Amino acid sequence: VKLTHVLSALPFVGILGGIFFANRAEPFVLGLPFALFWVTLWVVLTALIMAVVYRLDRR
Amino acid sequence: MNVALAVIVAFTALAIGLALRARRGRDMDLEQWSVGGRGFGTIFVFLLMAGEIYSTFTFLGGAGFVYGSGGAAYYILGYGTLAYVLSYYLLPAVWRYATPRRLVSQADVFTSAYRSRALGVLVSVVAVAAMIPYLALQLKGLGIIVSQTSYGTISSTAAIWIGAVALSIYVAAAGIRGSAWSATIKDILTLSVVVFIGIYLPIHYFGSIGEMFHRVEDAKPGFTALKGDQLTPVWFSSTVLLTALGFYMWPHTFGSALAAKDENVFRRNAVFMPLYQLLIVFVFFVGFAAVLQVPKLDDSDLALLSVAKDAFPKWFVGVIGSAGVLCALVPGSMLLIASATTVAKNVVRGVNPSMTDAATSRLMKLLVPVIALAGVAFVFAGGQTLVTLLLLGYALVTQLFPALVMALAAPGRVSKQGAMAGIAAGVAMVAAMSFAGATPETASTVDSFIGGLPDFLGQLNLAIVALLVNLLVTVVVSALTRGSADDGAGGRFRRVPAAEHAIVER
Repeated sequence: VKLTHVLSALPFVGILGGIFFANRAEPFVLGLPFALFWVTLWVVLTALIMAVVYRLDRR
Repeated sequence: MNVALAVIVAFTALAIGLALRARRGRDMDLEQWSVGGRGFGTIFVFLLMAGEIYSTFTFLGGAGFVYGSGGAAYYILGYGTLAYVLSYYLLPAVWRYATPRRLVSQADVFTSAYRSRALGVLVSVVAVAAMIPYLALQLKGLGIIVSQTSYGTISSTAAIWIGAVALSIYVAAAGIRGSAWSATIKDILTLSVVVFIGIYLPIHYFGSIGEMFHRVEDAKPGFTALKGDQLTPVWFSSTVLLTALGFYMWPHTFGSALAAKDENVFRRNAVFMPLYQLLIVFVFFVGFAAVLQVPKLDDSDLALLSVAKDAFPKWFVGVIGSAGVLCALVPGSMLLIASATTVAKNVVRGVNPSMTDAATSRLMKLLVPVIALAGVAFVFAGGQTLVTLLLLGYALVTQLFPALVMALAAPGRVSKQGAMAGIAAGVAMVAAMSFAGATPETASTVDSFIGGLPDFLGQLNLAIVALLVNLLVTVVVSALTRGSADDGAGGRFRRVPAAEHAIVER
């Protein structure tokens, strides 16, 4: 299994799986209800992860 | 005419003018009209893709879904993000397959990969069926903007007709080049407007974004997370997965992939495009502000414009409306072009291969107003919300995913009979569910259709079940038909030169 594939799978785990644990309003983080914070966090993490994947693939 | 409407008319005229200017002096042969001559660079493709992806759904539908269902709307943030991860692997493979063969549409790719014109026709029919609700969504959005910003002087019925006419004129003026220019303005305008009102409204009404959310929770406990019997985490996950898989199955998103100059464009986009999703968070803020500030709207999709009218002077409501109009015109034009191309080239010429390029091109242009009319009819038949229309389109179009991916990743494993049977089974299930009255908003889950199941099954999005049936039928029928004498797919790939074959391996 390639590292880039494992990395690419992380956003799926974080968003599709994570929501079962993150589905609540409290605690508020940065003013956001926790569920919204969680999904937003994964949007940013996904961009970072794909930047790493892109770097690794170019080598 | 009031100031708001005047501003909107000015922006619409600008978009049409730019489209005409961009087109002037360019020869309009068939390939050029539909994929812009494969000459786009990174930034243009980036804007073009963003232009399609941010439709009136994101703008009005996103705020409307928040207004109606609260945290369930977060799915919009999730599915685009995951779709870009998929695109990192999927789009380069599609591009490498399509470009050397000069394939200009999605149906061409299926027809070529399975050596089956019948499959190409089936895929086209499914894609157009999926695009009609998506187009209806854009028209409904245009209608909402026009009637709302007219402050009651234009009825919503008249507004939808005005929207359909404006869209047809825009498409006739544009072709894909024009859309790329207008997409640039649209993105800048939408970005500034949405970020501004998303920050301004919570602060203006409640002091801060955090305070707004606290007040929403006080008024409606649990509303800012997923709650209720149907829109649960199971619904969320299955809906995000379904729509992420379907994201690039639309003929117009697929078509933009074919317009790229090189395949690395897609990999770079997969890094930056998720960040574009953050724009949607500001749309959510507007929706939550509307929950408190303009409660009891008849139609949840009016949320964004209603709260804007409450807070801003007319000229600025006009600017917001203009962003919304561009959000409908740019993707709407893509949808219309893609539908017209698909019907003319892949359905009519698919059935009647002797048709000339000139005749096909003429038919494409004739079909633009016809398909716009079909969209209008769908709006008037419905009474559905924007998110309902989108999810219906996705339920249909995602059924194309298994056959496409298997053709690219494991050529020869799936037979054309398997692909056709799978798609037909999935689409039949979606149609049966829709006719049974299970609309995605009121009852998008399995338990609205079959009672007495455990929660983790009952709360699944119905269409994901159709996708599983599709996959199962594809595999079984392929196993039964593989190696049969007239199976094009199995024998074909052995004849493909090794160098060309390597392009689909990762």
